[in-house]
Amino acid sequence: MAQDHDDHHEHGSELSEMQLRVRALETVLAEKGYIDPATLDVIIEAYETKVGPHNGARVVAKAWSDPAFKRALLEDGSKAVASLGLINRVGDHLIAVENTPKLHNMIVCTLCSCYPWEVLGLPPVWYKSAPYRSRAVNDPRGVLADFGVTLPAGTDLRVWDSTAETRFIVLPMRPEGTEGWSEEKLASLVTRDCMIGTGLPKNPKEVS
Amino acid sequence: MDGIHDMGGMHGFGKVEPEPDEPVFHAPWEGRTLALNRALGYTGIWTIDQTRYGIEKLPPDVYLTSSYYRKWAVRLENLVVELGLVGADEIRAGHALRPGKTLKRKLTAADVPNTLSRGSFSRPAKSPARFKAGDRVRTKNIHPETHTRLPRYAREKVGVVEAIRGCHVFPDTAALGKGDDPQWLYTVLFDGRELWGETSDPSLKVSIEAFEPYLEPA
Repeated sequence: MAQDHDDHHEHGSELSEMQLRVRALETVLAEKGYIDPATLDVIIEAYETKVGPHNGARVVAKAWSDPAFKRALLEDGSKAVASLGLINRVGDHLIAVENTPKLHNMIVCTLCSCYPWEVLGLPPVWYKSAPYRSRAVNDPRGVLADFGVTLPAGTDLRVWDSTAETRFIVLPMRPEGTEGWSEEKLASLVTRDCMIGTGLPKNPKEVS
Repeated sequence: MDGIHDMGGMHGFGKVEPEPDEPVFHAPWEGRTLALNRALGYTGIWTIDQTRYGIEKLPPDVYLTSSYYRKWAVRLENLVVELGLVGADEIRAGHALRPGKTLKRKLTAADVPNTLSRGSFSRPAKSPARFKAGDRVRTKNIHPETHTRLPRYAREKVGVVEAIRGCHVFPDTAALGKGDDPQWLYTVLFDGRELWGETSDPSLKVSIEAFEPYLEPA
């Protein structure tokens, strides 16, 4: 499953070296009494199954459906998302930024890889990569082109560099042709990338 | 520090290559590495800024040629030795050679759900905020050899305070293990041309989250 990626990003020898190296580190830390290996399994399972962009998609779909929630979300992202009770309490510093016909938002962390884990899960490899972190702030349209996205002429670009503990999620525009859709169905249009600002929501025709 | 991690605006790294249907982890050791970091972080032995500084201090060639989780694993080895929790000889041996120290607390499986959300970085302010929304500010020309969150591309640039985000733990101090040193945090917005010159996309604006010590009135 991961073979192509591993060949591309790291050598096979590194993979086995890292398996051994991390296992040794875990052994030392467990023998010292600092960690419990069984606890690690629970953490990994949570990141593989519970935390992910499906949480953010519910937030966006709710904002598209409920004007009062949308206002609350843009006013105080942490408070609004916590009020949904869908997921674990989010951090205290979540900020939702709204795309409009005149403005497209994009999120980056040029210094490391800060990302709103609670609503989007763990960041993808490209988000943490040098090409994205270097270019998002001075060539965001070029980055969008790498994702196959072209914005309509006249759309301004706003890039948010996550240089502190504030975290950002993009509220994309609701696609046309979705009148009367349920929140669940709307959520199926919301991709991870459209909440980072490197993508747009799916075309309603793709899911209806 | 003016390190390789400070990548905003650098050229030559090529295209962004999204991976279709990317798995959460690409190998089991990546998940173990993340979980080890979370479990050890829970014991209270470091601040998040100490861990970031730990990555920044990796040699540039190691930084550029290591995957994300490899950087985490190497950083973790370095930090536990630096903090005196594990001996370098024990890392080499792959086994404990001496008993461990007593830590504040230890993560149990039952507590894991509580560790999935982030804590608050807000702290009581020592003084009123120096700037307000709409103020013009200039970022300082600073080059500390230690951790800072003012990226190089946004130093000595004029921008506008867009929002006050509250008073937060100051990373430049916390990274050194010297306490929270709370400072006001602002979203500061720059015109693309201020950052990148006349050839910049004129429709581009970029913001950073800037701590008050990074700013002076403009």
